[in-house]
Amino acid sequence: MGRTTVIRLQDVSYGYGNTELLSQVSLELPPGSFHFLTGPSGVGKTTFLKLCYLEMLPVTGSVSLFDQDAGSLDRNGIAGMRRRVGVVHQDCQFLDHLSVAENVALPLVVANRPAESDNLTELLKWVGLTDRADALPAELSGGERQRAALARAVIMSPDVLIADEPTGNVDWEMSVRLLSLLVELNKMGKSILIATHDMNLIRTAKAQVPARVLRISNRNVQLAGAEL
Amino acid sequence: MTVVVQARRLLLGQSRADHVVPPTGHTARLTVFASGAMAFLAVFALALSLATGRLADRWSLELARTATVRISAPEGQIAKQTESALRVLNTTPGISSARALSPQEERALLEPWFGTGLPLDTLPIPQLIEVIESDEGVDIEGLRLRLQAEAPGAVLDDHTRWRRPLVDAANRLRSLGFISILLIAVATSAMITLAANSALAASGQVIKVLRLVGARDSYIARAFVRRFTIRALTGAFAGTVLGAIAVASLPSPSAEGGFLTGLGFEGWDWAWLVAIPLIAALVAFISTRIAAFRTLREHA
Repeated sequence: MGRTTVIRLQDVSYGYGNTELLSQVSLELPPGSFHFLTGPSGVGKTTFLKLCYLEMLPVTGSVSLFDQDAGSLDRNGIAGMRRRVGVVHQDCQFLDHLSVAENVALPLVVANRPAESDNLTELLKWVGLTDRADALPAELSGGERQRAALARAVIMSPDVLIADEPTGNVDWEMSVRLLSLLVELNKMGKSILIATHDMNLIRTAKAQVPARVLRISNRNVQLAGAEL
Repeated sequence: MTVVVQARRLLLGQSRADHVVPPTGHTARLTVFASGAMAFLAVFALALSLATGRLADRWSLELARTATVRISAPEGQIAKQTESALRVLNTTPGISSARALSPQEERALLEPWFGTGLPLDTLPIPQLIEVIESDEGVDIEGLRLRLQAEAPGAVLDDHTRWRRPLVDAANRLRSLGFISILLIAVATSAMITLAANSALAASGQVIKVLRLVGARDSYIARAFVRRFTIRALTGAFAGTVLGAIAVASLPSPSAEGGFLTGLGFEGWDWAWLVAIPLIAALVAFISTRIAAFRTLREHA
């Protein structure tokens, strides 16, 4: 049986304390898809993404990655899944004692794969961090941190990339440059899911790829209309 | 996976795993120092155990096969009773030899307590007969009765009365030495566990980032375990070397020094020292591994 989805949520609910943030969410992201996730601040975008990359498990319902139920995975199984999912956090956490280049190569090190210097150099050049390769994360600006986090997320050539506001701290020119990277990855067959408030970014992407927009409202995730 | 393979992998490979854990100055120094100090103490505990063990063995072996007959009689009867006692002894099965000590030998025995120049001939010193038993052993009670009949002033001392408590004391000291080594290992484990817990608690972000990029628990644990094992090994090696130098510099064994100057290592005893850093590393390996997996379960 061939794979039909990269991420599937079935009747997923999640909340903090007595407050339910997401209720009965069901959604499927097929391979090679490009989705934006929008919605007002605090509506649950980050929580939704965390459910998608298994940092959180739902209170009710089920989440499947690559047709494998997350509930049936132990911690090693989840770690194995994470190697196939590139993640860019909103707060971009790094290992502060390692250089930018070492942080970007970290997924390769963890997977015990050789950190090929050519690829690493190319990737750093592509996100505009060649000159900052030896810097420590604490020395980076907000935008540089986001670019480094994006480079780290894609270095393993993951099947799906999930990014939480990846262009939140960069100027428009860099946003477009990063978007073009994501578009390239999508054209290579990778699935992309990006949470953003930036409507211009969404319009720019839609001009290049058949991107779809998901909107969180009323504790549920729905496909937005064509007005975007 | 066997322990040997794990240990090899831990010490020789996977250095990149170690690299992902941030350097922890205070914890590192504390672990090295604690391991070193404990290894230093372990060297002395080991020296004590081995020395008392040797002592117990020697006393058991040497004294078990000797006995003394003491002739206390009026001055004119000592020679006669000595002769009678020797006759009894030489005809008793299980005795390989019996001989009366000369006045010079008796003086030498008393010199450590009374010094030289003792006018032995003016004192009513009893005559001592040294008895060496053969392998088959002797019927002590039967011998005692025969001596009483032939030489009324003869008292047989088979050394059991004072040998047993000495051997018991030496054996108990040997056990205490081994218990001390065990306690040192447990204390080392407790200190390394505390240090590892402290390092792990301060590494919440490291664990989070490593998990984000797909690190398995075994990888994360190995990074901490490797670091603490190497620290413990380094500290314990230094402590063992210093302890060995200290023990080697103790005064040489001598009759005058008795037990204290015999506190050291002899021959193959020195090989035991190799075990101390290895045991310290093993203790650190197990302690840190347990602490790391417990923390990782809590972070899940």
